Amino acid sequence: MIPPEVAATPDAATLTELAPTSIVDAKLELGELTLVIDPGQILTVCEILKARRGYAYLSDVTAVDWHPSEPRFEVVYHLFCHERKQPLRLKCRLGGDQPSIASVVPVWGAANWCEREVFDLFGIRFAGHPHLRRLLMPIDWEGHPLCKDYPVTGYR
Amino acid sequence: MFQETIAPVGKRTMILNMGPQHPSTHGVLHLILELDGETILKATADIGFLHTGIEKTCEAKTYHQAITLTERIDYLCPLTNNLCYVLAVEKLLGLEPPSRAQWMRVMLNELTRIGSHLVWLGTHANDIGATTVLLYCFREREEILNLFEAVSGQRMMTSYFRVGGLALEPPAGFLKRVEKVMATFPDHIDEYEELLTRNRIWMARTKSVGILTKEDALDFAVSGPTARASGIDWDLRRDNPYSSYDKFSFRVPLRAEGDIYARYIVRMEEMRESLKIVRQALEGMPEGPIQVNAPAVVLPQGDNRKTEMEALIQQFKIVIDGFCVPPGEVYQAVESPRGEMGYYIVSDGTAHPYRVKVRSPSFANLQALPRLAEGRLLSDLVACIGSIDIVLGEIDR
Amino acid sequence: MTTTVLLFTLLKVIVIVFVVLTAVAYAVWFERKVVARLQSRWGPTRVGPHGLLQPLADAIKLLTKEDITPANVFRLVYFLAPALSVITALLAFAAIPFGPVTLVGGVDLFQIANLDIGVLYILSISSMGVYGIALAGWSSNSKYALLGGLRSSAQMISYALAAGLSLVGVLLLSGSLNLRDIVNAQAGATWGFIPHWNIFPQLLGFFCFLTAAIAQTNRLPFDLPEAESELVAGYHTEYSSMKFAMFFMAEYANMLTVSCMVTLLFLGGWHGPVFGPALLQTMLPLLWFSLKVLALLFLYIWIRGTLPRFRYDQLMAFGWKFLFPLALVNVLLTSLIVAYRAD
Repeated sequence: MIPPEVAATPDAATLTELAPTSIVDAKLELGELTLVIDPGQILTVCEILKARRGYAYLSDVTAVDWHPSEPRFEVVYHLFCHERKQPLRLKCRLGGDQPSIASVVPVWGAANWCEREVFDLFGIRFAGHPHLRRLLMPIDWEGHPLCKDYPVTGYR
Repeated sequence: MFQETIAPVGKRTMILNMGPQHPSTHGVLHLILELDGETILKATADIGFLHTGIEKTCEAKTYHQAITLTERIDYLCPLTNNLCYVLAVEKLLGLEPPSRAQWMRVMLNELTRIGSHLVWLGTHANDIGATTVLLYCFREREEILNLFEAVSGQRMMTSYFRVGGLALEPPAGFLKRVEKVMATFPDHIDEYEELLTRNRIWMARTKSVGILTKEDALDFAVSGPTARASGIDWDLRRDNPYSSYDKFSFRVPLRAEGDIYARYIVRMEEMRESLKIVRQALEGMPEGPIQVNAPAVVLPQGDNRKTEMEALIQQFKIVIDGFCVPPGEVYQAVESPRGEMGYYIVSDGTAHPYRVKVRSPSFANLQALPRLAEGRLLSDLVACIGSIDIVLGEIDR
Repeated sequence: MTTTVLLFTLLKVIVIVFVVLTAVAYAVWFERKVVARLQSRWGPTRVGPHGLLQPLADAIKLLTKEDITPANVFRLVYFLAPALSVITALLAFAAIPFGPVTLVGGVDLFQIANLDIGVLYILSISSMGVYGIALAGWSSNSKYALLGGLRSSAQMISYALAAGLSLVGVLLLSGSLNLRDIVNAQAGATWGFIPHWNIFPQLLGFFCFLTAAIAQTNRLPFDLPEAESELVAGYHTEYSSMKFAMFFMAEYANMLTVSCMVTLLFLGGWHGPVFGPALLQTMLPLLWFSLKVLALLFLYIWIRGTLPRFRYDQLMAFGWKFLFPLALVNVLLTSLIVAYRAD
């Protein structure tokens, strides 16, 4: 359900026009616009936003683990448009069982390391990523440390 | 971390593991280079050697305790980290610190920027062989660190900014001291420029070397001076003002060449602009409280604790349990000396942050390094690493 | 040759080796002190007054340090390389005259061997030093060392050429390869105060030789073989303890050789005002010689404290496209002048 104040924004309007089913949920809190996107359409949405709305700059990709509730993971994208000095947050909710989402590396090269980091620390797979491997943890590490069910005491 | 580094079979190239222990990788950067003679065919950065799980640790701390962790992320600009984190939490709480606190924050941040740029200049020049500049820069940085010590009791890990304002009233005569130190600075910057800016060897080593085009810079989400040297006119202090930066007038240096020399010039001019901001802050420093009036969040000040029961209880509650932050999420970005530093904080309504994600500028900037160095000589790579000014602490977090 | 002369010469060799090694140690101290003052530091201050005993402490430390030999080195060459460096560096001093002919018992006091081809001998011996560096880089079985060794070989060969050529002018003017003859040709002064030093007619040659010599001794801005920010320590990355110290000694001995050469060929050697009693008259030339060498060492250190480092390809371009043609022009000009004068 899209609140009226969000629907009035040009970003949401562009998306509802070009990808009508893409926005699942939205909110405008603390002056920050958040659009929750259907995970299946993330790549399309990002392409539209970059081409039509000038979001040429991807600040960050990260994730939040809402264990034990479902859908467990939220993948969060922070976009920025230099022309309008405007940030935008995208979110995709993923289930806890083998989470996977399309990679946005074809749209922004900067997503490469960010997505590797999310994969490393949360275990979310990015389909179509050119080089999806651990980034920060040693390559033979077991588990994904930023998950809420990752043990915080003991060895390994 | 620990990528395999086996040489390709049957090729006439050599694999060189540069780092993680190497004099000019600025910490523990590991670069896997495929060399043909001294020409770099392929450069792959391997990071993670300084990964200390600060984001995870933050989840177990209260909002106040996490301040001390943030400054360990980027140890060259601890106060910028403090500021970014504190601003994010204040945004969640809906607090606006008093103007004196905001101006102090701006002033100390600009001092941090100068200090950080001095380290960059020194190490960068040292990498290219001009050792003397390094020692000059550290001589001046010492003065700035002394100022931090005077104001917070610590030279580097200051933790001076708190949610709702500052930790302490600055000591008597502090502003005079800042003024005195800053008065000598323009000459010092002239001195560095005399050694380098028109130096033929320096120009030969940096001009048209390591070029980052505007398109590549955008694609790799490069920010800060590195982006401004590539023609991206974007400075968060001016374009997305925080902590009353809009009350200061300063210029944002911009170059279009995108080479190492352009980055050098941009940072040198930035130091001068930062000096201007510090001077404006000194002149117009408002009087008044240094902390917002929010007893549930801010520790009681002064003698209240000794005379008032309420204040004592409040003190205990904040220290032991922390303060609760309304649920929500916020992304706060500030202009660190290296670029866009952002804190994404998710709160679930408790006294501990549910998730803290640090968007560090070096992390993004380092991704562009292979684009700068591939096809060039080993010596150029060293100059390129220095020119993007990375801090491994914030890359690995 | 009588046995006395032989024994006396042997004694002279020992004394000169001792003096040179001490000078090397104090050149290190001098460099550390001067660079420190340029960089607003103090340099060594703890061992002895003004850190004067620092070289001794360094020597003791280096001698007693564990000597590490990495597992996969080519042992014979690995051990030979530092020795080769230091031997060639010291051999050059055999032909250097430190003062005017002072005969004691038929033996010249201030020179080991008065060679008729002294200049040629020193040039060739100091070029041999490249073997020590190249072999060290190759035998260490380390990539940084290898790159350092490669850089060094290319650099030495290119700059030895320029150095040799830039001396031709001096040789043409003095008409001799004997170092003593060259120095003696520079005696006296015009109008009583402008000395007849070769630096004035041979300014171009002086500049070329000094630059090439800095490059040949691997000093900043040409210290690419050991560029520590790029190659860790270059050719001596895998060396430790005394073997490392031998490379170090060789480098400073080469610096001294080059300074002596410049002094002899361009700055009038030991010539300077001589006065006073007989003993002072024998000692003063030595003093002038040492002062000139010291001034050149200071120049070396000053340059190190000021300039950034060249890149490898820029270094080669500078050597071949600038210095080499300049030296050729100098040869041409000097020959024209000499020919004109002869007419």
